[in-house]
Amino acid sequence: MEFDFSEDQILLQKTVRDFLEQECTAEKVRALWDRETGRSPELWSQLSEIGLPALLVPEAQGGLGLDESDMLLALEETGRFALAEPIVSTAVVAVPVLNQLAQSGQGEFAHPWLERIAAGEAIVAVSHEQHPFVADAHIADLFLLSSGDSLYALEASAVTCTAQPANDQSQRLFSIDWQTDAATCLASGSTGRALQADLLDRGAFGCAAQLLGVTDRLIEMGALYATQRKQFGVAIGTFQAVKHRLANAKVDLEYARSVVHRAAHSVSVGALARSVDVSMAKAFVGEAARFAAGESLQVHGAIGYTYEQDLHIWMKRAWSLDLAFGSGAWHRARVGEAVIEANQPAPHFGFDPRGA
Amino acid sequence: MNLTYTAEQDAFRKEARAWLEESVPAEPLPSFDTPEGFEAHREWEKKLHAGGFAMVPWPVEYGGRGANLLEWLIFEEEYYRAGAPGRVNQNGIFLLGPTIMEYGTPEQKSRFLPKMASSEEVWAQGWSEPNAGSDMAAIQTTALRDGDHYVINGQKTWASRGAYAHWLFGLFRTDADSTRHKGLTFVLVPLDTPGVTVRPIEKINGKKAFAEVFFDDARVPIDHRLGEEGAGWSVAMATAGFERGLMLRSPARFQSTAHRLVDLYRRTVAESRFIEPALRDRVTQCWIRAEAYALNTYQTVSRLLAGGKIGAEASLNKIFWSELDIEMHTVALALLDARGELLPSAPAADDVGDWLEGYIFALAGPIYAGTNEIQRNIIAERILGLPRK
Repeated sequence: MEFDFSEDQILLQKTVRDFLEQECTAEKVRALWDRETGRSPELWSQLSEIGLPALLVPEAQGGLGLDESDMLLALEETGRFALAEPIVSTAVVAVPVLNQLAQSGQGEFAHPWLERIAAGEAIVAVSHEQHPFVADAHIADLFLLSSGDSLYALEASAVTCTAQPANDQSQRLFSIDWQTDAATCLASGSTGRALQADLLDRGAFGCAAQLLGVTDRLIEMGALYATQRKQFGVAIGTFQAVKHRLANAKVDLEYARSVVHRAAHSVSVGALARSVDVSMAKAFVGEAARFAAGESLQVHGAIGYTYEQDLHIWMKRAWSLDLAFGSGAWHRARVGEAVIEANQPAPHFGFDPRGA
Repeated sequence: MNLTYTAEQDAFRKEARAWLEESVPAEPLPSFDTPEGFEAHREWEKKLHAGGFAMVPWPVEYGGRGANLLEWLIFEEEYYRAGAPGRVNQNGIFLLGPTIMEYGTPEQKSRFLPKMASSEEVWAQGWSEPNAGSDMAAIQTTALRDGDHYVINGQKTWASRGAYAHWLFGLFRTDADSTRHKGLTFVLVPLDTPGVTVRPIEKINGKKAFAEVFFDDARVPIDHRLGEEGAGWSVAMATAGFERGLMLRSPARFQSTAHRLVDLYRRTVAESRFIEPALRDRVTQCWIRAEAYALNTYQTVSRLLAGGKIGAEASLNKIFWSELDIEMHTVALALLDARGELLPSAPAADDVGDWLEGYIFALAGPIYAGTNEIQRNIIAERILGLPRK
């Protein structure tokens, strides 16, 4: 039993943090908001150089062959810096789905895409039942789309997209128009359903990991502001009413963190309870993020309510990531069903009053 | 990350499970805040001790089995699985014991730890005073040197288990001219010392859960001092760390309550009783939070076993488990609706009364072991870096 991170995992986190600290400042995030695409091919290519999209790609396809526990801390950093690029859909969702297709005899289709992703030359957009719109459809090279009990792969030319501007300018949502046909169908029936479910779980895990970073940043910004801002002749952070808001947000974050870490492990080992584990993580951290956003805003006062101050960049990330890949409320309902109606699978460690 | 147990740990779980299934009293014991319940719980502790399970992480020579913290978590999981009685000597085994392990002399260790492990001696806490609650550094009770004794004068209050305990540990001012955190010393006091008067205090359900303790020229040998004279504050902080952190409230306690809550929800549905719609979501939230507490504890234990330390994070723990405990019992009472107000003694109470007792107990959580407001100050100042002044 070792529920902690290795030196390599922490080193990867540091690499990503150091990079984003330089290349993904709030100023640069805002500059991207003003671009029509909202995206930066230069930044994507730099991210590829440090290996981010390639983390889960097998070494044979030019990747690093790592797993979700390895990538977790690095993903958290992408949240901390409000990175808008489609890391979750491409690196966290599409890559493992393509890996599974390759393992079940569709290597001819999957391998070239894995190689292109590892090289930073392909971006993937995905759809699932829990969201009516598709993020990053305007820049995707490949679409993995759910319909009925099937999963389809389409290239960009086969999909028409209509922008659906959303509150979080880092998020680019589209409604899409496309045709299902046998030629683009990757899997149907129970296999198709399983892939769809896996896609959703992985997306939810990726967002949960990013939300840890988002929440941490929201609290940090509140603490910094409360230390600098003076009223009544003292820093407002000396007042308990201010302290306690941020302390409460911190408590929720730290416990959500443990649940997200367990979800990473469950996804990486393919644990029986992984869907429920992911749902617990997504529900808890989404709530923690929204709470931290509210508390940090209140600590900032009027300045936090302005477009000029950077706080809203992270507030909007908190709100949009909470809704992506199944809202927190949906995931909580899924946990409720598993815990209350079904006898959820026995925990793979810890307290188990029902086990033999 | 490796979330599997070793074969030895699995074997230990099996052994503990088998012993507990065999040994746990079939009927729940009376509350340890009553004279008969106190003795019944001491009997149980004696049995645990004889079975080698009184305090598994302690060294064998002090009545433990030299297990590590992970095995302690496993033991706790089995303890709550078996529905075993509450630990009447928790002030001793969970709080003072680890402190003596860290600060005690070899003589103190062999004098106090074995009798603590067997609950031959049950301990009360002596921190608060009438004018020193959250502001513990305002302690006024003095323990002044007179030859090889300390002469204690003053008053402690809210001493948990104080009504029936044999010993009390606490902070006393050994330098009469000192103020605040300086000049305080950690002293162990036999409650049968001449000049010590214990006056039980009833909590809101009428049980004698704590006590006021008066000292009137009570003489205690200086070898009952833990740590250096004047260094009591830092010794006390170690005890408080154990209290807020890992030892006092192990995760299985809350996971077990979460399981009972889910069972209660299912039963309420099965009996077609009225359920306020929002309760389903709150039950789910409680479940998630109980899991979160367990996962967080496993992470903490992993870090401690790798040589890490627990610091101000203990304050996060204390807020989290105390508020979760209240929420779980609040939801349960809401599910029980009008039945929830029955006392355990009511003929129709069934197991309903447990929730009410648990709720009353849980209400104290945000107050004892340092109020949650104090914990929030600690988090804000020591973890988030906010200014004190």
